[in-house]
Amino acid sequence: MNSDQKTIENKFSRSWRLGVLLVFALLIALMFAAALGSESLSFFELSDAETTILYDIRLPRVLLGACVGASLAVAGASLQSLLRNPLAEPYLLGVSNGAALGTMLAFVFFSQLEFARPVCAIAGAGLATIAVYQMAKSRAGMNVERLVLSGVIVTTFLSSLIVLLTSVLDAAKLRSFTFWLLGDLSQATKNGFYLTFVCAAFGTIILSSQARALNLMMIGERDAFDFGVETNKVRLVVFTTASALVGVSVAASGSVGYVGLIVPHLIRLSVGSDNRLVIPFSAISGAIFVVLADTVARIAIAPRELPVGAITALIGAPMFIYLLRKN
Amino acid sequence: MFICENLWFQNSLKMLEVRNISVNYAARTIVEDISFSLARGQIIVLLGANGAGKTTVLKSLNGSLPVAKGEITLDGDDVKSYSRREIARKIAVVAQENETKFPVSVLEFVLSGRFAHGAAFGWETENDRRIALDCLRLCDLREYETRLMNELSGGERQRVVLARALATEAQILLLDEPTANLDLAHQSLMFRLVRERCETCNTAAIVITHDLNLAAEFADRIILLGGGKIIAKGAPKEVLTEENLAKVFNVRVLLDENPFSKKIRVTTIY
Repeated sequence: MNSDQKTIENKFSRSWRLGVLLVFALLIALMFAAALGSESLSFFELSDAETTILYDIRLPRVLLGACVGASLAVAGASLQSLLRNPLAEPYLLGVSNGAALGTMLAFVFFSQLEFARPVCAIAGAGLATIAVYQMAKSRAGMNVERLVLSGVIVTTFLSSLIVLLTSVLDAAKLRSFTFWLLGDLSQATKNGFYLTFVCAAFGTIILSSQARALNLMMIGERDAFDFGVETNKVRLVVFTTASALVGVSVAASGSVGYVGLIVPHLIRLSVGSDNRLVIPFSAISGAIFVVLADTVARIAIAPRELPVGAITALIGAPMFIYLLRKN
Repeated sequence: MFICENLWFQNSLKMLEVRNISVNYAARTIVEDISFSLARGQIIVLLGANGAGKTTVLKSLNGSLPVAKGEITLDGDDVKSYSRREIARKIAVVAQENETKFPVSVLEFVLSGRFAHGAAFGWETENDRRIALDCLRLCDLREYETRLMNELSGGERQRVVLARALATEAQILLLDEPTANLDLAHQSLMFRLVRERCETCNTAAIVITHDLNLAAEFADRIILLGGGKIIAKGAPKEVLTEENLAKVFNVRVLLDENPFSKKIRVTTIY
């Protein structure tokens, strides 16, 4: 009994320490990212121009990156548990594409309304989520392959709609859209950051509150129902929250892929699959991941830039294959 | 050995009453006009050929399959009037399929059985952990806490699933082929555990099995299902007759008495 209790306590104290460590790592990553860039800043006394670069350009971008990373990682972690599929990811399921299409439609039809973009993005993400879920669901339940295939179908279908839409737009806008579609933080604004921050914070809290129910859903939906989980309610809350997180992120920065896949995987490798740890830790680690990836995107071929989504995919895709083979 | 402090205060003798239920699935009637009642401390075994509707009956009892006709009352109230958490505190399930692709530890899995007792969010209490570890010990899984569910054999996983059901401290256990993957020693352990829980804590159980001798040995009552209807119900000696078994399973059997337990013994004649 004594040694039993010890193992449990060790698990939680170790997790607690990891949490503190991650917060520190995030702070260091933020400072690092704010200091580095195509324009180097002097560390102690900032000139006026440097102040502008830091506060109006670099900080909003770095902080937006952190919020986007947290949102996508948390959405991925909870969708994986809900769909009982470690390969579920907003980008690969087509949810990000749904949000992208929503954003573009808002851009075409309500270009003067700034708030229309995130709203339409959330709606698009939600519709794509429902579409994938309905397609993947069968009478026999939902297997991994069916879900991934449904994701591919939804992704490619929405991609073709997006291509159709870009061909209607004029050439100057087109270039910024292709960049944005790959995931791009260069359009960061203070307002965009505030909205994404509020969403990321509330989304993480809401999804963390469902973590214990998600632990049961992860084992099986019928099973969770038998053991007292209101599965329909949890599914609604998770789908809505994840759609909002993905929608707002995509509206601000396009489709940054693989964050929701890689980050929760790494967290599960280190703390196990208890969502009460996985969801909050994924939020912090997702923030670190995107901030670092965007720093690389900014300085790799400076003064020109890469879209951050290209960097995350470059790291994410091979890692995905590695994890898949290891499993 | 069992912890049953939470289980003593029950007033009704009939915990579960099933009156004339029919269950449809995809516009087809799976079971029809099923009635029986489950009393405290009782073990009922559901027997029947594959596809006779045994699992359907079991699933309808805790409300996970809706009944088309009839009524199920749990401790005197319609089962539909309970919330999921309330039902989960009263009825625990051992289902057939429990596989997960995530690295869930055995202890975490068993602790998930305590979900209906705690807050929907937050952590398990010391008491939850004590109960979970006790149940693991009972199921002969003492060294398993940190092992991962997806690395266990089918039989080991089956025992973990029973441990989780016991950890709920529910008054009613529904077990769907709990011994399907178990070796001989653990089959008998499984049934002894259920029997012991029923005797010491006044828990009742409904068990689906294909093993007629286990049924004869452990059941207080047997319900024999055929084609979605009850063919016979009652004490093992009344139900396990040559005529009934020929009707349901289409086999000839030799019936005699087990010299040790004095219960009925069934031998199939091939």
